[in-house]
Amino acid sequence: MKNKLFGTATIATAMAFGLPAMAQSPIKVGFVSTFSGPQAAIGEDMRRSVELAKEHLGGKMGGKPFEIFYEDDQFKPDVGKARSEKLVQQDKVNFVAGYIWSNVLLASYKTVVDESDTILISANAGPSQIAGELCNKNFFSTSWQNDQTPMAMGEYLNTKGVKSLYLVGPNYAAGKDMLAGVKRTYKGKIVSEDYTKWPDQLDFSAELTKIAAAKPDGIFIFYPGAHGVQFVKQWAQSGLNKTVPLYQVFSIDAITLPQQGDLALGTLGAQQWVNDLPNEANKKYVEDFKKKHGVYPSYYGAQSYDAIMLMASAAEALKGDLSNKDKVRAEIKKANFKSVRGDFKFGNNNFPIENFYIQEAVKDPQGMMTVKTIATALKNAVDPFAEKCPMK
Amino acid sequence: MMAALRTPRGLATALILLVLAILPLLTQAFDQRYLLSIGTRIVIWSIAAVSLNMILGYGGLVSFGHAVFFGIGGYAVGILSAHGVSSGWIQWPVALLAATAWAILIGALSLRTRGLYFIMITLAFAQLVYYVGGGLEAYGGDDGLNISRSRFPGVIDLRDKANFYWLCFALLCATLWFCSRYANSRFGLVIRGAKSNELRMTALGFPVFRYRLAAFTISGAFGGLAGILLANEGAYVSPAMMSWMKSGDLIVIVVLGGMGTLFGPLYGTIAFFVLEEALPPLLNLAHKGWGEYWMIVFGPLLVLIALYARGGIDSLLGRRHE
Amino acid sequence: MEYLLLQMLNGVQLGLLMFLLAAGLTLTLGIMDLVNLAHGSLYMMGAYIAWTLIGVTDSFVLGALLALPATFLLGVAVEAVVIRRLYARDHLTQVLATFGLILFFNELVRAVWGPAGKSIAVPGFLNRTIEILPGVPYPAYRFAIIIVGAGVAILLAWLVARTRLGMVIRAGASNRRMIGALGVNIELLFSLVFGLGAVFAGLAGLMAAPIASVRIGMGDDILILALVIIVIGGIGSIKGAFIAAMVVGQIDIVGRAFLPDLLKTFMSSSAASSAAPAISQVLVYVLMAAVLVWRPTGLFGQRT
Repeated sequence: MKNKLFGTATIATAMAFGLPAMAQSPIKVGFVSTFSGPQAAIGEDMRRSVELAKEHLGGKMGGKPFEIFYEDDQFKPDVGKARSEKLVQQDKVNFVAGYIWSNVLLASYKTVVDESDTILISANAGPSQIAGELCNKNFFSTSWQNDQTPMAMGEYLNTKGVKSLYLVGPNYAAGKDMLAGVKRTYKGKIVSEDYTKWPDQLDFSAELTKIAAAKPDGIFIFYPGAHGVQFVKQWAQSGLNKTVPLYQVFSIDAITLPQQGDLALGTLGAQQWVNDLPNEANKKYVEDFKKKHGVYPSYYGAQSYDAIMLMASAAEALKGDLSNKDKVRAEIKKANFKSVRGDFKFGNNNFPIENFYIQEAVKDPQGMMTVKTIATALKNAVDPFAEKCPMK
Repeated sequence: MMAALRTPRGLATALILLVLAILPLLTQAFDQRYLLSIGTRIVIWSIAAVSLNMILGYGGLVSFGHAVFFGIGGYAVGILSAHGVSSGWIQWPVALLAATAWAILIGALSLRTRGLYFIMITLAFAQLVYYVGGGLEAYGGDDGLNISRSRFPGVIDLRDKANFYWLCFALLCATLWFCSRYANSRFGLVIRGAKSNELRMTALGFPVFRYRLAAFTISGAFGGLAGILLANEGAYVSPAMMSWMKSGDLIVIVVLGGMGTLFGPLYGTIAFFVLEEALPPLLNLAHKGWGEYWMIVFGPLLVLIALYARGGIDSLLGRRHE
Repeated sequence: MEYLLLQMLNGVQLGLLMFLLAAGLTLTLGIMDLVNLAHGSLYMMGAYIAWTLIGVTDSFVLGALLALPATFLLGVAVEAVVIRRLYARDHLTQVLATFGLILFFNELVRAVWGPAGKSIAVPGFLNRTIEILPGVPYPAYRFAIIIVGAGVAILLAWLVARTRLGMVIRAGASNRRMIGALGVNIELLFSLVFGLGAVFAGLAGLMAAPIASVRIGMGDDILILALVIIVIGGIGSIKGAFIAAMVVGQIDIVGRAFLPDLLKTFMSSSAASSAAPAISQVLVYVLMAAVLVWRPTGLFGQRT
């Protein structure tokens, strides 16, 4: 309803000013994320970054104004699919982006890339199926494939000489991917591999007691969002923080750090983007984000910012004419833009070939918790499923 | 038939069925493809709601795990499809059998309990299947499974959206027809009688447990049918389709529409989907950004419906003459 | 040996926390015949209110103590506005209406406190480990939960067994019509019991907050578990709820701590590590289904 009213208003304005309606028809971007419920904090961080990208672009892509349609997936695959369907069928958007969760992305995937032949840019989720056999010319990622980040961590642990590792993660698909990822590269001894109930288990006393008894050299965890907060707090309260260091992926970030506070200090994690990466685009993004919201952006936000900038680069090259989809895909594939992670290339499966860094949780000069880069774990890493993708 | 059209209920129902019957033509004429997608989901969910109504509305048995049949029907199709069996002539009967068998099993165990205990034991069995689905790593685990639509070579091509819709609509009509026969049969009268007074029915010599088990099984089979269609609609199955939230949604729909009425579940489904689609944009219209808080309105709305609209939407259409 | 003891303590702590939540739920069900799904929302509100008050008073203990009467008032208010109208209705209506309340409270919290979770720090004097046996450390805060939980359980047992209120509660749970015959002001009794249940839920929420975190929907997952507990124990039975909570606590820990090793004795290591979490995830549901098949009204429920 609202969109139709808005559309009518635009046309009316265009006619009033005597402009041809076509030239002013804006570029439309659909953005699917979680904006309600317990995980809304992540969606909010993404939206702030998308809005910041829009501001930095002056509200224009390739000389044309652009509109963003935010849709809430409510953290449910079927809702995400229905929202994506609305975006491509009713709003007829030029791009669909966003997607925090693998299952929401997989549920929405066919509708967008196959049935509607629309370009989808994932700003977070990177399930192995899409990197491998389900890869598609219309799909691009500005994040990573699930296995890569833990692989980077495993590699780093080898160089650091951590001899034995205790793995803990939630018992669902991404959790299993992450633990499998670290096992791909880590060469030391895996003491044990524990999966906890998801999402209802918030108490890790039994696992921490087991770890204390097993005395490993390190713990590796994957607990996104609220669960990460809980694991880190309980790890510190149990006294294990003095004896067994914690290594993590996606469990300590700008969204969880305000709650984890000092307890997270000194923990190490892997990531393809860190807020202190020394490039101009990143400095501008992080500084303006902090100025506007008083907090650091997270990687969810950085990936969303990049997704918008990537679209803008294609629109720029085509002077705002997105009618030929082959040309748009070709331009996107060039990744010819200033990414906040530094330059990268797309692989054959349209996932980035990029660096992964090791970050440490620290306090900034103002006393705010954040992370800083301490090492490069992988350079120009290609994900392990790229070879399964039939695209060249 | 003509007499029925003179009551508001008859008129409204006829109008809804007419619009649903020609929906693909309408959406094509007005170039609103998305409305056909919503329409398809409404029709499929209506089948599930009608099937739940058979035990919940007519029988007073509050099953809090009805979405499990979505999952069983859907996964049967999905697993066969993953193994290369794409023919609907095999997929659909297998899926229906699976749903029926599971309904007999959990019905036999659950129907010994009453009240809240029944609510919770049906929930428990649904959660069991939900977590098993999440553990099926060969079939995608929690990430779910992308499948292709069932094939009925030479008969109907379900990849065509309008075809698929019409098939769903025909099945909804069949379900409604069955339900009306069911409700007014001797069998249905026993089920309804046992809802208000179980002791009396037992005293009259009816084996209430067996009647209820039969009703539970029929209801599960139709639930499985809805699951088959849902899997085909999304070309995707995942454990999320049988989460307890979905079972809750189904209960809300049946109560919203009017329990124990033939068309109540249909009204309920339409109202539910319209609210979900329209409430956020409406709130956004009032004030930009409010749309995301639509549950602040939806929640109290549910409370009000529960408190003041006991007969659901159906009761708003005037008094029933039966 | 110490390992076994520690894991058992973990189970006891988990069970006591669940008992606090289940106690209020089983009381309202037993006496008022009310299924209150929004009980989990009171758990959440207890934690959020405590977060605010701890921030204001700058003291965990003071903030927590003030949060309890606040949750009581909230409970009484919810009872007066919505719940009171539900007593005479069937369970289905109650489920629907209180489900509506959950949605409302979740979004209310988001509007008032924002989408990001909040964190309550463990109070300084408990932020350490204590030695429960020489050389066996245990987090002091978790130990405090056990003490408080056990204290409340004893208080409740005394309340139910020895006081006039308890007598009415027992009478009500076995035969609702008896309460009226006892000449009790039913309206007052109901709002008192509901408020009491809210306090226990709030207490559980604020005590869980430092180990977990304060977030939207924190009560939703745990509510299902609390319902499972009261159904296993038998509706209306405090004793049943306590025993069921303890059993569920232990079973949960067994599933997590011992099952993987147990399975490894007769299957491959990789099969065991993928089967164990799947089994432990459904263990409580299997337990509940088994109990209900065996005794359709729970362990200590009234036979009909």
